Parts: sequence; structure tokens; C-alpha cells
Amino acid sequence: MGVWLFDGGSAIMIRTRILPILTVVAAIIAVWYAFAVILNAPFERNAAERAGETIGFAEILPKTMSQQRPVLPAPHQVAVEIWETTVEKNITSKRSLIYHAWVTLSATLLGFMMGTALGILLAVGIVHSRVLDKSMMPWIITSQTIPILALAPMIIVVFNSVGVTGLLPKALISTYLSFFPVAVGMVKGLRSPETMHMDLMHTYSANRAQTFWKLRWPSSVPFLFTSMKIGIAASLVGAIVGELPTGAVAGLGARLLAGSYYGQTVQIWSALIVAAVLAGLLVGLIGWIGGWLNRRMGVREARA
Amino acid sequence: MTNTAILIAAIVFWLAAWYANTRLAALRPERGPMVTLVNLAIPVLFGAAILALWEGITRGFGVPTVILPPPSMIWERIISSVPTLWADFQQTYLKGVVSGYLIGCSLGFLVAVLVDRSRFWKAGVMPIGNLVSALPIVGIAPIMVMWFGFDWQSKAAVVVVMTFFPMLVNTVAGLDAAGHMERDLMHTYASTRTQSLIKLRLPAAMPFIFNALKINSTLALIGAIVAEFFGTPIVGMGFRISAEVGRLNVDMVWATIFVAALAGSLSYGAIALVERSVTFWHPSMRSERP
Repeated sequence: MGVWLFDGGSAIMIRTRILPILTVVAAIIAVWYAFAVILNAPFERNAAERAGETIGFAEILPKTMSQQRPVLPAPHQVAVEIWETTVEKNITSKRSLIYHAWVTLSATLLGFMMGTALGILLAVGIVHSRVLDKSMMPWIITSQTIPILALAPMIIVVFNSVGVTGLLPKALISTYLSFFPVAVGMVKGLRSPETMHMDLMHTYSANRAQTFWKLRWPSSVPFLFTSMKIGIAASLVGAIVGELPTGAVAGLGARLLAGSYYGQTVQIWSALIVAAVLAGLLVGLIGWIGGWLNRRMGVREARA
Repeated sequence: MTNTAILIAAIVFWLAAWYANTRLAALRPERGPMVTLVNLAIPVLFGAAILALWEGITRGFGVPTVILPPPSMIWERIISSVPTLWADFQQTYLKGVVSGYLIGCSLGFLVAVLVDRSRFWKAGVMPIGNLVSALPIVGIAPIMVMWFGFDWQSKAAVVVVMTFFPMLVNTVAGLDAAGHMERDLMHTYASTRTQSLIKLRLPAAMPFIFNALKINSTLALIGAIVAEFFGTPIVGMGFRISAEVGRLNVDMVWATIFVAALAGSLSYGAIALVERSVTFWHPSMRSERP
């Protein structure tokens, strides 16, 4: 990614890649506007009826776009709300979405780093010990089928009752969610060197540590980044859900909850969009670093 | 038994299980029923050792049950509150998860088959579908609760949205999985688009579709439970968790999580079984022994 924009085939790229994506985005926005009108119209009709007037569709249409608490806010209302709460608000203000996004992001990143480290350690253990492999792998795979997120409120409340509040409990949920994909991906990656290469290391009479650092670790890097993309998306979900149960005062999850308490649909949607953008940026950033590293190391991208 | 004795017994059991596992793993049986037996015994022993250690530590050190109840206490709670757990399971799983899962997966499948007809739409839908699959979609839960009310319909709606995109992306990718040779063969048979879809490309897409079904089975349960945190009648697994956490009845929370884990693993296992019989031809399904 990134490079192909500037090569000779860029016109074809725009036609076969960018144009379809833009079309789908435009279609989504069009459908969104249509639904905003359909879903918000009954409110206007009722209001008109109560006032004893009859209003035509032409009068309803603009009104559905500017309600205070619409059933479905129109895209531009959300865009305006995001603009007002990010650019026009002071970052330290409690009403700034950047402040709330930062609260969530810090928990996400801390949890993600702990989860990745834990996942890598576990994978190294599993690859080098037959006992660990046989006894832990089935449980790691089973644990993927368990709705771990259900644990989130309990972890938060339990830590609160011990007096640990703030960043750490949320980060722990993120850790929990992100270490599974990393562990599974890394086991695959550390085992990816072919028998030929392992035999070659053996003929060099390389010991385990040397084989690890010079063969296993480098060949696992593509797998690491592929699973880190899944891990960071899961981390963000964990941090957002972790903000729900205590009625947290800051963070994107808290904005969702506050919005749903007070019926502020525009606020919910803008928090959602910011969360989506954040997720896209994080996944994109990791994908970009991974792609850059892969090119530097001369390996192909792995499909874990 | 005193608490110290329980702790010591748990540690002894853990060490014994560890030793047994080391010996079992060193056996490396070649073939036959022994392989299955060893592969089953090691994780079971490991799980039992973890449970024993958990029991021993919580009782031995007198950890407050508010923080971490011992497994025996959780088990007693499960036994004594089966009717409540069953009612929650019905509300969340049988109503919310199953209906949402069926609608979401079939919608994703249908849209994928439609999108597959046009290269243009496919090129547009795939990157966006991949992006949306990575987004925190559970966040739409408060909106769905506003639109569809507190009961299970809003949970099913969240599940529909969560399961739709993985199914869409995987099916579109799967429909491209059939090789060129096979496609050309269908072409020489003068088969129509529909015929080659039904006889070649859909069967070839099955591993991808089942992958999505498996991912979705977990996502659906998560979606329904988290959606209940935003508003629910006084029944349901998500409601039980948030309510009992508030009252610091942590053993009831663990009991609910046990039910959720059981439901999650059983549905995953059921889908894997169906997959085994549908995609028996796929290399990953072949047994290792010739």
C-alpha cells in the first residue's frame, strides 16, 4: 500500500480500486440519508398534527435533517457534532471527543502491549515445550469460543473493590482479548520455518537460542503483524466495553452510555464514528509498519 | 480439612499432574487409540490442575469470595440456581443470539452471492467489509436498544449487524476460491452461471463460509450479552452479570460466565462437526495417518 499510487498504473488503480470503494461509500451515505428521512418523519408528522397543521413531504424533508434528538441523525449532523467536539473544543475539556478518545486509546495501547508480550511469551513456551503445547493449545483454542467480553464488568468491579481504578482494569480486559490472537498466530509463525531450513541450522550446529533468534523469530514476524491487527481491534473493543459497567465518566464507552441515558443520538453516533476511525487508524498503522518491515526483510505477507 | 491442608493438597496435585503430563508427552505414541488418549489426557489433566490450584489458593490464602470465589462454590451456585440460569439462557441465547445469528449470516451470504456477480461491486465491498469487520460494532448496541426496545429484538439486531460483515467478506473470498482449471471445465460443459455457482463455486467456498460461521458463533454471543448492558428486561445473561456484579455476588457472575462458555464452545463444536461432514474433501480435514 502507499507506493502503488505513484507508479505507472495509477490510472488503472483508480478505476479498479478507488472508484468502486467511493461508489460503495456514496451508496452507504445515500441509504443513510434515506433512512434518516424515513425514520425521523413520523416525529415531524406527529408534531404537525398536534399543532393542528398538515405538512407536506417538502416541508418534512428539511426538518428531518435538523432534529435535536433524531431517531437516526443525518450524516452531516454527525459530522458537525464531531467537528465541534474535536476541533472547536479545547482538548482538556470534558466535552472534547479527543479527550475521551485519548482515555480509551491509552487503555487500549497499554492493554495491547501487555497482551502482545504475553502472547509472544506463551507462543515461545509452546513451541519449545511439548508438554506446554499439548496441555495449553487445546485450552487456548477453546477459550476463543468463549464470550470473554462478558467478564469485563466483573474485572472492573472487582478491581474497584480492591481500590485499583482508572487505566489498569480496562487495560487488563484489552490484554485478555488481544493475547489470544497473538499467541495462536505466533505459534503458527514460529513453526513456519521449513524442515530444510531447520536442518540447515542443525548442520551449522546452532543451539536452540541461535535457531530461535536467527531463524524462527525472523520468519514469525509476518504472522506477528497479521495477528497484531486482529489483536488491536479486539483491544479497542475491550477498552470501550470496559468503560460501560462502572458508569465511567471518561472515554468513548462512557460517551456511548451517557448518550443512551439521555437520548442524545447525535452524541452516540459521533462517539461511534470516532471509535471506528480510531480502529481503522490503529489497524492501518500496524498493517503499514508490518508491510514496511516485511519489505525490509524481504518476506511475503502471511495469511494467518 | 484446614485451609493450609487444602492448599498443600492442591500444590501436590498440581505437581503430580505436571509430572504425569511430562511423562505422557514424552511417550510419543505412533498411532492407534493411544494417540487420541494421550492428546485428550494431557489437556484434561492440565485443566484439572488449574482448577485444583485455583481452589487451593483461594481457600488456602483466604481470598475474599468477592474477588475470586473457589470453583467448588461456583459449582454449588450453578447447581442451586439452574432455573434462573435456564431462563437467562432462553432469553439471551435461544431468542436473541439464534435469531440474530440466522438472519445476519443468511443476509451476509445473500448479499455476497449478489455482489459476486459484479467485479465492480466486489472491488468496492471487500475493502469496506474488511474494515467494518475490525470496527467495534458492539457500540451500536445503545442505538439498537432505542430503536427496537428493551426486549430480545434489539439484541438480535445487534447480532445481525455483527455477524453480517464477517459472513459477507468470507463468502465473497470463498466464491473466488475455486481454481481456474475447474472453472474452465465447467465452461466446457457449457454450464450456466447458476449451475457453476451451485455445483462448483459454492462447494469450494464452504471452508470460508464455515470459518465465518465459527467466528460469528462467538461474536453473536458477545453482541447479545454486551447489548444487554445497555438496557434489558430483568432476565438475560448480560443483565444477570451486570446486576450481580453490582450486588457483589461474584459467584453468580461466574456461574453465568460458565453457562456462556458452555454455550459458546458447544455451538462452536456443533458447527465444526457439520463442517467436517460438508467439507470432508478439504485437505485440512484429512486425517494425518495415510
